[in-house]
Amino acid sequence: MNRTLPREIAEQAEIIAEYARREGLDFYPTIFEMLSSEEMSQVAAYGGFPQRYPHWRFGMEYEKLRKQHRYGLGRIYEMVINNDPCYAYLLNDNMMVDHKTVIAHVYAHCDFFKNNYWFSRTNRRMIDEMANHATRVRRYMERHGVEKVERLIDTYLALDNLIDPHSVFMRREPDRTEVRRKREEQSKKPEKVETATRFPAKSYMDRYINPPERLAREREVEQQKEEKTRTSFPESPRRDVLGFLLKYAPLQDWEADVLSIIREEAYYFAPQGQTKILNEGWASYWHSTIMTRYVLSDAELIDYCEHHSGTLATSPGRLNPYKVGIELLRDVERRWNTGRYGPEYDACDDMQTRREWGKDREPKGRVVGKDSPGRQKIYEVRALYNDVTFLDEFLTPEFAEDQKLYHYRYDPSTGKMVVVNRDFDKIKQQMLFMLSNHAQPYIYVMDANYRNRGELYLAHKHIGADLDIKYAVATLKEVQRVWRRPCHLLARIDDEPILFTADGEKSTQQKVDDKTEPAANEFE
Amino acid sequence: MILQINTDHQRFRKIVKGKIRDDLRKFLTRGELLGREGKKLISIPVKGIDTPHFRYGDNNDAGVGKGEGKPGDGVDGEGGVGPGGEGEGRHILEVDISLDELADILGEELKLPRIKPRGKHRITAERDRYTGIRQAGPESLRHFKRTFRRALRRQIMSGLYDPETPRIIFERRDKIYRSWRTVLSPQSNALIIYMMDVSGSMGDEQKELVRLEAFWIDAWLRRNYQGIESRYIVHDVRAGEVDRETFFRIREDGGTRISSAFRLAKDVIDRHYSPLDWNIYLFHFSDGDNSSESDSRECCALLREHLLPSLNLFGYCQVASAYGTGNFINVVHEQLRDLEAVITSRVNNKDDIYDSIKTFFSPGR
Repeated sequence: MNRTLPREIAEQAEIIAEYARREGLDFYPTIFEMLSSEEMSQVAAYGGFPQRYPHWRFGMEYEKLRKQHRYGLGRIYEMVINNDPCYAYLLNDNMMVDHKTVIAHVYAHCDFFKNNYWFSRTNRRMIDEMANHATRVRRYMERHGVEKVERLIDTYLALDNLIDPHSVFMRREPDRTEVRRKREEQSKKPEKVETATRFPAKSYMDRYINPPERLAREREVEQQKEEKTRTSFPESPRRDVLGFLLKYAPLQDWEADVLSIIREEAYYFAPQGQTKILNEGWASYWHSTIMTRYVLSDAELIDYCEHHSGTLATSPGRLNPYKVGIELLRDVERRWNTGRYGPEYDACDDMQTRREWGKDREPKGRVVGKDSPGRQKIYEVRALYNDVTFLDEFLTPEFAEDQKLYHYRYDPSTGKMVVVNRDFDKIKQQMLFMLSNHAQPYIYVMDANYRNRGELYLAHKHIGADLDIKYAVATLKEVQRVWRRPCHLLARIDDEPILFTADGEKSTQQKVDDKTEPAANEFE
Repeated sequence: MILQINTDHQRFRKIVKGKIRDDLRKFLTRGELLGREGKKLISIPVKGIDTPHFRYGDNNDAGVGKGEGKPGDGVDGEGGVGPGGEGEGRHILEVDISLDELADILGEELKLPRIKPRGKHRITAERDRYTGIRQAGPESLRHFKRTFRRALRRQIMSGLYDPETPRIIFERRDKIYRSWRTVLSPQSNALIIYMMDVSGSMGDEQKELVRLEAFWIDAWLRRNYQGIESRYIVHDVRAGEVDRETFFRIREDGGTRISSAFRLAKDVIDRHYSPLDWNIYLFHFSDGDNSSESDSRECCALLREHLLPSLNLFGYCQVASAYGTGNFINVVHEQLRDLEAVITSRVNNKDDIYDSIKTFFSPGR
């Protein structure tokens, strides 16, 4: 395919890059390629990558995208790969003004990839890595047969949301041998350290201040606890189920390798899921700033406006991440330019005063430009925040009101979604819920030696929403295929703890007394 | 890269076909397909083709939206911050598939052999194919791309081409035209005559069964022949030829004389379809309740002496009805047992259609 960029577009890309740098954006070298819509569907099916491991799911994605395009339901304007250099694709039947907008948008994404903290651990040679994965999987397919490898990938893909996106920032956990060594060391120590709490007391008062029964009781509890940690494995709940399986499931080398490929790709894509609103908001902020301030020619104005408003359009009952992102960033910029922040502002609960805030201060109104405090603040936001922290910190009641946000809920009596209220706390809570863990349930490995039979025990941490039972049963079966021993999942359904079990032949579910869910802020 | 997506896409299509195959029995009984025949592609909802995930259930559906509306007002659209297109999960995939592909799946699943046209039915037809090119021809057949290319080449070679103003002007000698070749292709034609008893005992339910069965018979035969003609005959005591619409809609009352239909079928064949040129399939649907034994015997005589010699297949499908005694199938069994081209089946409900089609076509005639 012919992907060379026509000269006039290449020139525009250079010009826009210069403006972007002047505004403070800092991005990897970016390579633009020109694709037909058919090619775009192909590349998009592979998540933007020229090469992926072979799998039918990409064929399905391709069929969907192609159909969407054919029926005019969707058009992929832009695609960027987080890689150094970044790769981005332009659609060949677009107008020049679209190309310019997309190019500006792309540079902002590249800047975000390069500078946002949540991307700091991603592989910047992912294009090569993906090609490498493709080669490895192909080799396994030659050796073990296409169907077998594909079925295995199906299984792993069912579990690819069971990762812990935060774990990449954590200290490496000790592996099993290290834990054992530590324990042995401890048991070699001659005397047992007194663990029960003893309050300081004069000897004649000791009996009363530290009653022996209490000490005995406390010692017993301690002992039980220690007993439990010694026999239970893992010692504390593990959120990276995929990593756990990779390490401890009875996999052949090649199976483990395929799993490591799926896991690596899941971790690579995780930050993009965590920063959708912020990243798209950032890119939209910059394409509009660069276009309107520098690049747009008079003749292009109408087409630009149409494209831009199309990107930011919201239909009733939907939140467009582009729109929320750009509006919230602009709000932050405005607030920091007018001093609407800090303890004094936060403490003020009079809406009128808040609205008037900063109007009498210097500098007056909105200070625009590179060195304004607002601009500096949003640069800081782009470096340090993800969607959850971004909304948690910067979503204000005024913003929710201006943007006409509301909270809606399914109404079982009518079978429709209805507006519940415009209560700020509810709106915020709901938004954070939908964004945390990328709207995926939290599943933990609780015990890998359940009932001392090497069975795997998982638990769902309930944060206000039940699991989908049908899906849970189907997925647990896939877990079992990997673990090969019976697998269990504890989940709260309609406020009842239910234990799902898959033993490889049949699936069961029953009410249980056990209510051990992973604690609210459990960390490994 | 283009090649790779093709491989993945074909894998996906194969899996889809597998899913359809798994559900085929159910699928054959779905009425919604009937309206779609004639159109080339059929959209089929395919369930369960995604990989499962742990996910939240339906009963927690709530979200944040944007727009006007008081508490209690309905929300339009889907709703939700569902980040990054992840919210779409709950749909069922629709896959486009051609009726031919579907017929192939039907054939594979029912283990039906491809029908081989008998030797005497092979005729050849002339067809024109636009495969060649010429220097001369009518303007309407000008091959634009080649003409353009030649003109471009000439202009570049003669130094007339200016990249700044890329204007291409054709000359007479640049022009290239498409031309055709006449090819002889073997053509196999088939005629299907559907006959149905429309006496009072054949109710809507019975007709629905006939409709479904006829649809799949049609689909399967169309897959095997290039040219298919269908004729429709309804009868009570008298028979008449009708169009497809009427065939499935008409409702009469009164007695039944099956022989009237057979006579009309014979007439149609004699007049329009020489058995030398046509593969002929005759299907009769009835609840098996003929007015008299003597007429039933006459039917068998008609079949044996006049119809069967020119038929590939006579399929008799007896549909269960609350009113019928359903004896005709027994008569056919008794009298025509020795003839291979006669095949009977009973359809009591939709589920039987699968087996009925299998019975009709397994011998591969």
